[in-house]
Amino acid sequence: MCFTANFWALFVTGLANGFIYALIALGYTLVYGVLQLINFAHSEVFMSGGFAGYFILNAAIGTSTTTPSGAASVGLLAVGIIGGGIAGSIVAFLLERVAYRPLRRRHAPRLAFLISAIGASYFMYNIAGKEFGRFPITIPTPYTNGTVFHLFNAQVQTYYVIIAVAAMIMLVFLDRVVALTRLGRGIRAVAQDADTASLMGVNIDSTIAKTFMLGGFLAGAAGFLFGLSSGVVYTMGFTPALKAFTAAVLGGIGNVRGAVLGGLLLGVVESLGVACIQTSWRDVISFGVLVAVLLIRPTGILGERLGRSA
Amino acid sequence: MTVSTQSANRLLKSIWQNNEAHRLFGFVLGFLVLAVMTGPAGSITAPLSGITGSLGHPRVFVFIALGVGFWLLGLVRLRYGGRIKSANDRVLALPRRLLPDWRVRTPIYLALLAGAIVLPLNLNAFWQEVLVDQIGLYVLLALGLNVVVGFAGLLDLGYVAFFAIGAYSTAYWTGTLPVHPPFHINPFWTIPFAIASAMIAGVILGAPTLRLRGDYLAIVTLGFGEIIEIVANNLSGITGGPQGVVGIPHPSINIFGIHYNFLLNEIPYYYLVLAFVVIVLIAFHFIENSRVGRAWTAIREDEVAAESSGINVLKYKVMAFAIGASTSGFAGMLFASKVSFLEPGDFTVQFSILILVLVIFGGMGSLLGAVVGAAFLQWVPWYERVHPLFGFQDQDLYIYLGALLIVMMIFRPEGLIPSRRRRREIGLAEHGVGSADAMSGPQGPLT
Repeated sequence: MCFTANFWALFVTGLANGFIYALIALGYTLVYGVLQLINFAHSEVFMSGGFAGYFILNAAIGTSTTTPSGAASVGLLAVGIIGGGIAGSIVAFLLERVAYRPLRRRHAPRLAFLISAIGASYFMYNIAGKEFGRFPITIPTPYTNGTVFHLFNAQVQTYYVIIAVAAMIMLVFLDRVVALTRLGRGIRAVAQDADTASLMGVNIDSTIAKTFMLGGFLAGAAGFLFGLSSGVVYTMGFTPALKAFTAAVLGGIGNVRGAVLGGLLLGVVESLGVACIQTSWRDVISFGVLVAVLLIRPTGILGERLGRSA
Repeated sequence: MTVSTQSANRLLKSIWQNNEAHRLFGFVLGFLVLAVMTGPAGSITAPLSGITGSLGHPRVFVFIALGVGFWLLGLVRLRYGGRIKSANDRVLALPRRLLPDWRVRTPIYLALLAGAIVLPLNLNAFWQEVLVDQIGLYVLLALGLNVVVGFAGLLDLGYVAFFAIGAYSTAYWTGTLPVHPPFHINPFWTIPFAIASAMIAGVILGAPTLRLRGDYLAIVTLGFGEIIEIVANNLSGITGGPQGVVGIPHPSINIFGIHYNFLLNEIPYYYLVLAFVVIVLIAFHFIENSRVGRAWTAIREDEVAAESSGINVLKYKVMAFAIGASTSGFAGMLFASKVSFLEPGDFTVQFSILILVLVIFGGMGSLLGAVVGAAFLQWVPWYERVHPLFGFQDQDLYIYLGALLIVMMIFRPEGLIPSRRRRREIGLAEHGVGSADAMSGPQGPLT
């Protein structure tokens, strides 16, 4: 096969991309759980995290010529991830407030939600382009990239380790939040039956807002991690978000663990697939996966476990 | 000290909980966003210069005043709404009684048509071009998408794909693509080929995806719109790749002794578009009131009920897709033969969104709305370009369009000139009757 030669190298790259997709996909899945709607503006939440990360790291190490190392690297990365996450949360909160809540109050048709979310997406990324310029920019690197260890014959680079560690911490954290906290119970209750949940004393408005913020945090952090290697630009959200959506559907939309599984699987499939065809066709792979999943098994691998797993 | 902080707290709380205060805050904030939108652009080296340049400038007071003004207008409407409505009803009583009468309507339509026929003769070359390239073409596209979004209630975000297919099939049949057709024909006679290939593409894309729930359909079509650009870029052997296709001939008519070449003259293109718009308007009007149109309405209002009354939901959805695609295919042919140059960059996802905005703005499901909305929204930026009023830049267009979509959905989801039926549906859906879109599949939330 075309990918057998350097299977493990492709696998590692795919896994790293997969973690990014998983972080974004969780935002789709959480919002889908409580609203049964696809958040079309999630790509811009991701973008806002990338820009926030850029501004933070630029302020911290912008002009310095020496690359930080050791504890300084870890600290800067943590600050960037948290900063990107907070920016994502804020944008997601505003998004819910402006594009969703007024329509929710009116019981607008689903079409109206999709349209207002698309409007919000176009508004946000174009205004980012206007305010921050329309050229791709690189985030100053807060660490020295090198080979950390070997997985069979593949070199695993620092960047991939950072993504994997950061993503796994956040994924476990999210899983625990949904399973154990009061907010998590609220999210699951709203996902199962919003009307009944509100009768039981769950504040629906605040639960939905917090769900958006939770998903926004993960997407914002992913935006920063993605921007570390690929740079940030106002249109950066479109393609990763489309793929993350594919991942969410692949794993079973509305299912938290499904989103993670779908993200990792899609990342690896895409990486191995690119070895077989030209790189310029890369984005077609995930689209093909999306259409295939929707036609063969629209409930995804793990099924739409609405409510039970948020 | 504590008493005064307590009363201040109470005051703040009462303001915060006051609905009107909320609305005032919302309006002023909205207009501040508008101030940033219309303000100077920033850059990555000075990311705050755009915001400080628009909010730190005296012009910000104009926007705050506008926000307060709109809030006051809302207050007036709240208090005197009943009286305004009854005065409105009195003024509109006569036209409302007369308009549904065909004896009144026909002369009005003929007068509008006559106006449309003489319109380009009084314009200079620049406006003639805008009229064809920016208005005529987009009116046609809006009418086509209106069938999908307005009549059938499906969200198609990849409408540009059919436009691209129409354009590339024109290029194919005129022999300008790297692959050659069995025989070369003039662009004028590629019209049926362009329309047919767009319709076939509509069926091929629609048949599998229209089984899906509506929001999945939206994202699949979005992906498809993106793929079409990648395909056009990568299949260099067929589409000419990123360099595009050059030298597509202009249409010409050589039949019954008439020899006429369109060349770069705007007028014949205008009449071609106008003729097609009139044909499409008449055809869609009849389709809307036919068995097919009634089936679409039924699907939109309640898909489960439609399915159980024996309507083949999938068939009618695919039909809407194909009919919508046909006008897009014609528009693609017109674009290809007029500009005589194609490149994959002409067919971006943004283009689909633009057409969607035109349909939403005019009014989903309203033919007149689609025409007026598209003509108006396409005219405004060009007028602005000739007579600059504020710092509008071309690349900022989508900021405004995005904001317009949100504002329309919040304040006037039925559009500028709503179809009566659609407005009623949206009203009913908001009271929990029916759905006003074809978003939920027949078997509950999941199909």
